[in-house]
Amino acid sequence: MVGDRENVGRQSPVSMDTALDTKADAGWQHDLYDLLRRHSVTQFGYVPDAGHAILIDRSIADPDVRAIALTTEEEGVALIAGADLGGARAVLLMQSSGVGNCINMLSLIKGGRFPFLTLVSMRGDFGEGNPWQFAMGQATQSVLEAMGVICLRIERAEDVILTTTAALTMAFKAGQAVAVLLSQRLIGAKPF
Amino acid sequence: MPTDVTKNLAAAAAPGFVLERSEAVPALIGRHEDFLFVVGLGGTASDVGAVTGDGAHVYSLGGAMGAACMMGLGLALARPDKRVLVVTGDGELLMNIGALATIAVINPPNLAILCVDNGHYGETGWQKSHTSLGVDLEKIAIGSGIRRTRTVAVEADIADGARLLREGNGTSFVNLRVRPTEPAAFKRNFDASFCRDRFRAALTAS
Repeated sequence: MVGDRENVGRQSPVSMDTALDTKADAGWQHDLYDLLRRHSVTQFGYVPDAGHAILIDRSIADPDVRAIALTTEEEGVALIAGADLGGARAVLLMQSSGVGNCINMLSLIKGGRFPFLTLVSMRGDFGEGNPWQFAMGQATQSVLEAMGVICLRIERAEDVILTTTAALTMAFKAGQAVAVLLSQRLIGAKPF
Repeated sequence: MPTDVTKNLAAAAAPGFVLERSEAVPALIGRHEDFLFVVGLGGTASDVGAVTGDGAHVYSLGGAMGAACMMGLGLALARPDKRVLVVTGDGELLMNIGALATIAVINPPNLAILCVDNGHYGETGWQKSHTSLGVDLEKIAIGSGIRRTRTVAVEADIADGARLLREGNGTSFVNLRVRPTEPAAFKRNFDASFCRDRFRAALTAS
């Protein structure tokens, strides 16, 4: 969430390692955006998050896409269902802390059997330094699964396209609810 | 079920909430075939069910409180060729009031929101909602950045409110103040998945 990013940003200067990590991230994030667009995703609901920064920036810049800044993540769950009613595909970009804000709203997805795809950047995970992040980060997968959302976890950059392609098929061909969890091993713990 | 005494107390405690929803909601909607509907749970689902005969162009919530406005946004963006009307209550809207800010930023011209504000949570025993206690939903909508807003509190306001829901180059918001009375007695379909399929099939065919 926004506040988390600001707080940690003040704590430590960006190191050379971080700069290298960020550069490495950029490649798969651009590929991921292109993949979502090839699968006709046209609505990107997001809560600002450093882990999704490239996806967010590209969706804002894309004239064929609507980028929707949300005040809370559960808005994005309802947005996805509404897009589906109109025959469009939407994706929700959020941090693992936002998953907790979505729980009851996922009743809509499960009850209505709406296709659902979310990309979750993890906190409270591999290498996390902020103790506040662990409660929700460690509960993220359990909470999603309890509400009927299938979780696919990505640890390595070379798995991003394969795993997200699988998630797109499961969501938009098979009508399932799917979360792709982008681990801190993948996105890096330091920049947050 | 609320007793008559409870309801009478609720009505007495709500000055400025004088319109009858059974008359004002159909009057504001007008020709319902002109809209795709996303409808909140509880009273508004019954109101719109009665107006449309539980039409295939209506998606009503039975839970997931707070979803209506954002579902309307997703639908309006997906189908810019259709006019989308969200009909919801004060309680449902308050539960995700930030959605007004999200919608104002996007401001789709084919989206309108009608809040049926009776100042109470009718489903749960007629407890007062915030709108009976000083909260003004039109002012929240204005403060969120929605530029086309009205409060409809007396019969003379209805024609202007109905026009606002149908016209314009940005999202509109109408807060309809009504007496805290029972909504239309209408049994609509509660199968969320069936209603999704029905809605999508009808929209594809239209």
